[in-house]
Amino acid sequence: MLKDITIGQHFPGHSILHRCDPRLKLVATIAYIIVLFVAPNPLGLALSIALLAALYKIAQIPGKMILKSLKPIVPIVIFTAVLNLFFVTGQGEPLVHFWVLNIYAEGVKYAILLAVRVCALIAGTSLLTYTTSPIVLTDAIESLLRPLAKLHFPVHELAMMMTIALRFIPTLIEETEKIMNAQKARGAMLDSGTFTQRIKALVPILIPLFISAFRRADELAMAMECRCYHGGEGRTRLKQLKFTAEDFRCLVVITVALVVIACTRFFVPGLV
Amino acid sequence: MSEIIRVENLSYIYNPGMPDATTALDNISFSVEEGDFVGIIGSTGSGKSTLISHFNGLNRPTSGRVLVDGKDLWEQGADLRSFRFLVGLVMQYPEYQLFEETCAKDIAYGPRNMGLDEAEVQRRVKEAAAFVGLTDELLEKSPFELSGGQKRRVAIAGVMAMHPRVLVLDEPAAGLDPEGRDTILSQIKDYHEKTGITVLLVSHSMEDIAKYANRVLVMHRAGIAMYDTVENVFARAEDLLQLGLSVPQVTQIFLKLRQMGLDIPADVYTIPYAVKAIQKALAAKQGGGADA
Repeated sequence: MLKDITIGQHFPGHSILHRCDPRLKLVATIAYIIVLFVAPNPLGLALSIALLAALYKIAQIPGKMILKSLKPIVPIVIFTAVLNLFFVTGQGEPLVHFWVLNIYAEGVKYAILLAVRVCALIAGTSLLTYTTSPIVLTDAIESLLRPLAKLHFPVHELAMMMTIALRFIPTLIEETEKIMNAQKARGAMLDSGTFTQRIKALVPILIPLFISAFRRADELAMAMECRCYHGGEGRTRLKQLKFTAEDFRCLVVITVALVVIACTRFFVPGLV
Repeated sequence: MSEIIRVENLSYIYNPGMPDATTALDNISFSVEEGDFVGIIGSTGSGKSTLISHFNGLNRPTSGRVLVDGKDLWEQGADLRSFRFLVGLVMQYPEYQLFEETCAKDIAYGPRNMGLDEAEVQRRVKEAAAFVGLTDELLEKSPFELSGGQKRRVAIAGVMAMHPRVLVLDEPAAGLDPEGRDTILSQIKDYHEKTGITVLLVSHSMEDIAKYANRVLVMHRAGIAMYDTVENVFARAEDLLQLGLSVPQVTQIFLKLRQMGLDIPADVYTIPYAVKAIQKALAAKQGGGADA
């Protein structure tokens, strides 16, 4: 079902990770991704996963949510792992020799490390969206991109567009489900038939969906006009982002953890 | 009369296992006789829409059973689609589901999905259009050129054309002007009388339910508060008010009059009956006065 899409899904809670400044969380997530690439060795990956597990524990997000976020990327992970398994050539005798395919010990190692790295990457970014509502996240992006406004980069407009887009994802999903239900009630067959039949079956869903999206856009633009919206110039906010002492402690902890993980590259050999 | 819909210990939970899990239906049991016109009322969030989307298998019960025409919808090997043609569901604001180039084609969508031959499809389109008062000229227009009320009627005709044995409508009159309301509801009543099929009508308006239904299902906080004939339900006007629901204006007046100590019936919910009741009470009073 459409409800199972977890991208940008928020998992409400009251943990320190939920309360934390979104700018810190955003920067930390980017740093985490970089570290995953800086320290692609078994020890580094093990430590990154341990860190992630601890953070999920602190955020009190159930383990099945991690699995849910990993589910859509399973085919990609398997695909890249299999490619690596066959195409990485190492020194010495291949482990398995079959027709033109050779599997080397290095290939197996690469495949495993790569799969684990991609999973850790997705689980890490999911943690950000689970603990941060999309609206708060765009606030953070706007705040972080603020310096670019000096170069006449439309930071506020960009953030507003992102906020509106994110805000309307759930609405449109809900709308799609409603329309799907309405057409199913009239006997639409959405999940059977040949490929062309299935494409044709989408028409009764897509047309009403587009029409309602345009209608919503129109209504929203009108409502914003009515409240004299005029862009970023001189606009104040209800909720100001504040970097508290607690945020500072989080910053220190996460920095130390990430530096330690990154340093493992000097001690343990890993992927290039 | 035979049972057409039977609901046994039905419960439905949205987002089970999540922090925002909500019980929309809590252990509901009731049944609907074939040929009834049942009005479903309840405040917003009482579970009306969730309940009706169980009748054609759009929602799967978290626990409990739903039987239509004696068959369990979710039994192994049951053909869900056949239940969708058996129970025609008109959702809230159905005009947003129109998609075809012409109204006639849109009404034909359901019958075509049933696999009927073209002549039969055309016959049904004409027939359904006649029930909701759509002219041939309107049928050839694009649905997007019509007014709100006309669009709504096209959408309702689209479900009627499937010849369901149960017609379920979720607030078919919402957002229409008083004239549009009366037109649509009396067309549905007319359809009910002519075809003899079962109709379930969700509505917020007590006046509408009093006028058109013969049984009322009152929902309150994911459960059933009352399920009885219209007379019996409106006779409990005080209980309805306590549930945060309104009662027809004329019932409210009679309730006040009773509280003032007049000896008049409590189950008054339509104007003609109210007139009769007042005349009777007046006659009794004058008769009584003459005796004294």
